[in-house]
Amino acid sequence: MAALIFLAVVALAAIFFVGIYNSLVQLRNRVKNAWSQIDVQLKRRHDLIPNLVETAKGYMQHERETLTAITDARSRAMGAGNVHDKSAAETQLSAAVSKFMLTVENYPDLKANQNFLALQEELTATENKIAFARQAYNDAVLFFNNKIEMFPSNVIAGMFNFRPEENFEIEEPAQREAPKVQFTR
Amino acid sequence: MMWELIAANRRKSLFLFVGMATLLVALGYFIGEAAMGEGGGTFGIIVAVALWVILSAASVFGGPELVLRMSRAKEVTPDVHPQLFNIVDEMKIASGLTKSPRVYIIDEKAPNAFATGLRPEDSSIAVTAGLLTRLNRDELQGVIAHETSHIMNRDVQFLTVASVMLGSIVLMSDVFLRGMWYSGGSATRRWRSKKSDSGGSNAPFVIAAIALAILGPLFARLLYFSISRKREYLADACAVQLTRYPEGLASALEKISAAEVPLHAANQVNAPMFIVAPLQEGVARASGWGATHPPIEERVRILRAMSEGAGLLSYQHAFARLRGKPVNIIPRSGIQKDTPLPVREAHPDVVAEESRKQQTRDVMDLMRAVNGFAFLLCACGLKIKVPPELKDPSIACPRCGRDNQIPRAQVSEFAEVAAAVGALVGTSKPGDASDVPFAQPAIGAPGSVGAQESPLEYSRRTHGEWESFSCGCGHLLQLSPSFAASQMKCANCGRITRVI
Repeated sequence: MAALIFLAVVALAAIFFVGIYNSLVQLRNRVKNAWSQIDVQLKRRHDLIPNLVETAKGYMQHERETLTAITDARSRAMGAGNVHDKSAAETQLSAAVSKFMLTVENYPDLKANQNFLALQEELTATENKIAFARQAYNDAVLFFNNKIEMFPSNVIAGMFNFRPEENFEIEEPAQREAPKVQFTR
Repeated sequence: MMWELIAANRRKSLFLFVGMATLLVALGYFIGEAAMGEGGGTFGIIVAVALWVILSAASVFGGPELVLRMSRAKEVTPDVHPQLFNIVDEMKIASGLTKSPRVYIIDEKAPNAFATGLRPEDSSIAVTAGLLTRLNRDELQGVIAHETSHIMNRDVQFLTVASVMLGSIVLMSDVFLRGMWYSGGSATRRWRSKKSDSGGSNAPFVIAAIALAILGPLFARLLYFSISRKREYLADACAVQLTRYPEGLASALEKISAAEVPLHAANQVNAPMFIVAPLQEGVARASGWGATHPPIEERVRILRAMSEGAGLLSYQHAFARLRGKPVNIIPRSGIQKDTPLPVREAHPDVVAEESRKQQTRDVMDLMRAVNGFAFLLCACGLKIKVPPELKDPSIACPRCGRDNQIPRAQVSEFAEVAAAVGALVGTSKPGDASDVPFAQPAIGAPGSVGAQESPLEYSRRTHGEWESFSCGCGHLLQLSPSFAASQMKCANCGRITRVI
């Protein structure tokens, strides 16, 4: 009788154990999937930028600096390996792109170029998609990291070497640089 | 946090479903008892349930397609309006749907939009051409977010179930009351006399049945409308949460309601689905209990009063402030974990306000493209719109009188030669010459087998502009400004045309 109870307890513990392990795997996969969603959009942005620069070049002879800043930021972002490096590089790229977009306002001819408008729309959409995908990714990361730190799943996470994932932060340039109001000149 | 919302919605739908089902069964029972005497109740219930099953089957199997067809909506591909598709994709990512809804355009000047589809994976969003002409990117995003929220919250499912229930109840009561009216109540007596029953015992049933038949539909309608209105508020709240930009939806709603163009595609069936009620409802109805949508001014005011960011809680508080009483628009479980979301900044609008006219013209051209028109740029600068019925090889410019060739895809000489060589050598199949799979042989191509399967070719006239040409089968193909591929497949006959 005692053996039977012992067996039942062991079986229950095993089921519990497997359940937690599986949910950890599931959550980690969700994080991975969310990351790949971001990655697709980041790649798309990297693909769009050369076209954009190429189109703008002819109109913006005097803006070499802005254009090189974008191109450099892009190649840095493409070289970045892990999530941490990537968020830093992509933040810079976002800043360079938004500065470029502000400069475009001074070039009405460029703004009338259909090809440029189509590219600009694509870029806007890609930026939005990155923002939305980042939200989903960070939610998934939060869920996963909570699970890893909380009892009892933290025991199993420690045994199987589940590491906490990192958030993907892109500071929006508009938020970081608060508008400076000057009343005196 | 979206999941809790959906779950809460599901519970509410179940509640409504049970409530309406009870009403329907009770109606069936009492009408059965009243019309057929004792024991007729069971039969009445069977009739009621059968009616409901038939109506639901019809709405589940034919519903969404029927609604789209009734609204004369046409499915479009991304190259017709890249921005619209981009926005739909953005909202798909933001809402966590697994699949983008299909996109339809309705050829109407009145700005409006609706979503349909019983499952989120198999849903559609339809917008009118008027909506595309009037709204800027942020506003369009607000509208699409509202529709995506309907899909995400399973509102279409709910509306379908509820309207079928409502329909069954109304139909049953109507038939019963008419029967009573025309026979002056004699039907019951005649029936009973046959059964040689003891009279009088049936009277309470008759009275109950009449009361239910009068009050039931009224009650069901009120229930349906009140929840439909609540769902509109909820979709507004979710839309803001998705876009992080309340002003986009607010100004879109204003523009939609300000446009005094009637929507011809609207009718009693699809009216509740539109973002803004399209039918001319009387003043009393528009603000009262019998309206499917809340008054637009109020929706706009709530959106503009959101002072605590773009979260659901912020909407809830704005709603409570304006109404002066706490009303739970958003199920409490949905906002528990709501963190304050910052409102984002407006997009620098690509299309300046002065070029609205151009935007209108673009959308009109878009509708022509959807309807199979081809576009030619004459040397004098006029854009000639060629209707699909015109089969002439050229058209005279209405301004300068120049003859313009109507571009059609042509059989490529190179591929013809390559195919002929391939056929002579006999090692490879003719089609292999260009590595292009051909679904069907060309129509009207020269006689030999190789030539029949050679690809069509079309050389671009301009780059960075919209272009269109007709395939060998006569179907119109569109090239977007960002089109960069080397070939295009005809949606009609499946033939590949090489674009040079």
